[in-house]
Amino acid sequence: MVGLQHYIILSAVLFCIGLYGALAKRNAVIILMSIEIMLNAANVALVAFSRYVTPQLLTGQIFAVFVMTVAAAEVAVGLAIIIALYRQKEKVDVGEVDLMKW
Amino acid sequence: MGLAISFWLLAAAAVGSALAVVLLRNVFRAALLLISCFFAIAGLFVTLGADFLAMVQVLVYVGAIAVLLLLAIMLTREAATGSPFSRWRIGGAIASVALLAAMIAVFRATPWKVADQSVVLKPTTAELGARLLTPESGFVLPFEIASVLLLAAVLGAIVLVKEK
Repeated sequence: MVGLQHYIILSAVLFCIGLYGALAKRNAVIILMSIEIMLNAANVALVAFSRYVTPQLLTGQIFAVFVMTVAAAEVAVGLAIIIALYRQKEKVDVGEVDLMKW
Repeated sequence: MGLAISFWLLAAAAVGSALAVVLLRNVFRAALLLISCFFAIAGLFVTLGADFLAMVQVLVYVGAIAVLLLLAIMLTREAATGSPFSRWRIGGAIASVALLAAMIAVFRATPWKVADQSVVLKPTTAELGARLLTPESGFVLPFEIASVLLLAAVLGAIVLVKEK
């Protein structure tokens, strides 16, 4: 029988895949995609808790709605930054972006 | 039984396509597999009885975010050079696996207070709307702040990509 633990372990697996992508990749677009995977993993955990712990309150689902809103805003601004970066440097390699490095 | 089968299928699809996003060299294929990962997660929301969120997942992630990502890949012509690994390839893998092991150990050791599961799956859309917009539940101010955040993000994106 599938229960709460299955869903939160699945969420942890997805989160760690996203974390690995964000740490180990150099392409800024792929890093943004990995961050999206991490946000989705958090949403799976929130909805699972909402279903199994507080089925009447729906609080987890409301939190998931807000996470989706913030994810949409983050992607819009992130991709705008990537395109502005590409105009200046002709590449989107995060290893090359060290303007603000001390 | 049907729920269990669909959970395992959707979980395998989500984890497999997420791994492919991280491991593939071709950026365009990675973006397409990210879309399939989003679809699998929408299916997982259905197995959890969150029908409205499943629909929003398809509309927002598959409909808007995936299209934005594909557009950015086309505009930056990065599909040709691929997505190389940084020097954190091994260290990142070790850190992620260690975090995963720690989280699974904690999740298995915690006695979760699971509520009574006799409530039937019902449509959640009307209740979500009522809870978001009635003052008693306390989500009205966050709701308004979220709309201001979206407006600011859209304006910021326009300012950032505008030709000087």
